Amino acid sequence: MREVDSETMKIVVCVKQVPDSWAEKTLGADNTLDRGSVDAVMNELDEYAVEEALRLQEAHGGEVIVLSMGPSQTTDTIRKALSMGADSGVHVIDDGLHGSDAVATSLALAKAIEGRGADLVIFGSESTDARMSVVPAMVAERLGLPQLTFSSSVSVEGSTVRTNRVTEYGYDVVEASLPALVSVVEKINEPRYPSFKGIMAAKKKKVETVDLAGLGVSADQVGLAGSWSAVEEAAARPPKAKGTIVTDDGAGGTAIADFLSAQKFI
Amino acid sequence: MLVEPTDEQEAFRKVVRDFAASEIAPHAEAWDRDHTFPVDVVLAMGELGLFGLPFPEEYGGGGADLTTLCIAIEELARVDQSMAITLEAGVGLGANPIFQFGTEEQRQRWLPDLVAGRALGGFGLTEPDAGSDAGGTRTRAVLDDAAGEWVIDGEKAFITNSGTPITSLVTVTAVTASVGGRPEISAIVVPAGTAGFEVQPPYRKMGWHASDTHGLSFVDCRVPADHLLGERGRGFAQFLSILDDGRVAIAALALGVIECCLEECRRYANERVAFGRAIGANQAVAFKVADLAVMAEAARALVYGAAVRRDAGRSFKKEAAIAKLYACEAAVTATREATQIFGGYGFMDETLVSRQYRDAKILEIGEGTSEIQRLVISRELGLPVQ
Repeated sequence: MREVDSETMKIVVCVKQVPDSWAEKTLGADNTLDRGSVDAVMNELDEYAVEEALRLQEAHGGEVIVLSMGPSQTTDTIRKALSMGADSGVHVIDDGLHGSDAVATSLALAKAIEGRGADLVIFGSESTDARMSVVPAMVAERLGLPQLTFSSSVSVEGSTVRTNRVTEYGYDVVEASLPALVSVVEKINEPRYPSFKGIMAAKKKKVETVDLAGLGVSADQVGLAGSWSAVEEAAARPPKAKGTIVTDDGAGGTAIADFLSAQKFI
Repeated sequence: MLVEPTDEQEAFRKVVRDFAASEIAPHAEAWDRDHTFPVDVVLAMGELGLFGLPFPEEYGGGGADLTTLCIAIEELARVDQSMAITLEAGVGLGANPIFQFGTEEQRQRWLPDLVAGRALGGFGLTEPDAGSDAGGTRTRAVLDDAAGEWVIDGEKAFITNSGTPITSLVTVTAVTASVGGRPEISAIVVPAGTAGFEVQPPYRKMGWHASDTHGLSFVDCRVPADHLLGERGRGFAQFLSILDDGRVAIAALALGVIECCLEECRRYANERVAFGRAIGANQAVAFKVADLAVMAEAARALVYGAAVRRDAGRSFKKEAAIAKLYACEAAVTATREATQIFGGYGFMDETLVSRQYRDAKILEIGEGTSEIQRLVISRELGLPVQ
């Protein structure tokens, strides 16, 4: 357990660069996303994670470090977080990471976070490209941190972090001792826009780059080769089939009931 | 001379574009319909740092330049001219005269709120019977030595940002003496709420419905003597000296309008089907869209060519007038053609290009008409034009 004081609270926010949600995406020969062909943006939920980290920093002081793993253009996403107000960045970059699945990604991220003395690690609860929501939990497990996922509010008091964990029926109030890992949902806040001053200030902020050797991870633990899962095949979503139109000539109700029953809805 | 924008300017453009798309575009039609000045959004523009862009950090500004301001105005104008002109006027007419001509004490008193976008300032030059013709100024200010006050009487017309809930001041030009039969014009800061300073009801305008515009009247309006801005007798000359910045900024606004037309028409010409094919398959439509692209490129080159000269400290009077003249006339042409491409929908108030069409006309009039720009250009060319 660690007592957090305002001078030393350290937050690591993990952010991911993803293809713009609206963009047409294509896969490369190895069934991984062709990142060159689409506009890249910061994963939307990660903006909420950065915002929450900045709000905690505004309330408690301390330091916000933004961490991202990805190819060279990922620096744009790190810069965006820095222009929102994060203090420094860590860019995990290595050709060997290409094609890493969630398990492999969690290893690289955990190694990059390890040893930084983070009191709190914050993630967006899912990425808009992979949509698995498992990486935060995996990273917490690897680091041996309590995980407070799907949070719609986060507060820190002394050595305790408390969150509202969104559930199907509402939310649970959960708490853990620091250090801990939190993932956030979009209900939690309204992310700020970077100001021009923020953008200019970000230019001067430090971004450390780390490769696999620096992480102490070997090439066979990550990337396409080190991943437990791989995409074997992919197909475009078939175009929407035409709906069935039922003209109500007195038996409309029966026709709808038959349809729902055939689809096993009733 | 075109200079590539810096990485930071490009990053900033993206931020303003996101802001405009999320915070302005979804509401602009309703603001236009209801003639609403959206205070909350203007305050949010302030938080983004837009109103402080070209001012030094010591007053809370962004320490940027005219080029960066133009980027912001251009991006706002792509979705809504009213918010773009609110920014342009807030910076160019509200804060800039105080920054340029204010004493240190005046700057400290008035600039921080204007620069932060917590407050707006207006500039009252135009009168019912005087615009670019400053000699026609009827508003008078007499110094009451005993009271240490200026006493202002007169009328101002078409003053942007003069009656919003966050308007903190209006700088007015007034005749303070007659020197050799010619009026001596000075600029005086009148804080909002000063007794004798009355804001008239908003105008009924052809466009820019979400922008705040009023006539102002001054009856025995008294402000302290230290509210004189800059040199006595130099009020109009001072204003002329900062007009060039405003012309480039208005040209940037016009550029955003042309880009909006290009984007909307390119999409619509591909989507809209008539006679069994997209209307863009017809040369009559496709060529109009091609012309929009030409106007956008030409306007961009002129706007940023002038802005970059200004930021490099070079003369840019002629370039500013050329940019304003071309971009604003092109914006009126572009919106007219875009409305034509949209056919019947183009005539509907809620169609974006229709709003841009109504809004664009003022661009050929405000901050110096097209005719005044031609006059400036002619003089810069050394012609003996009257």
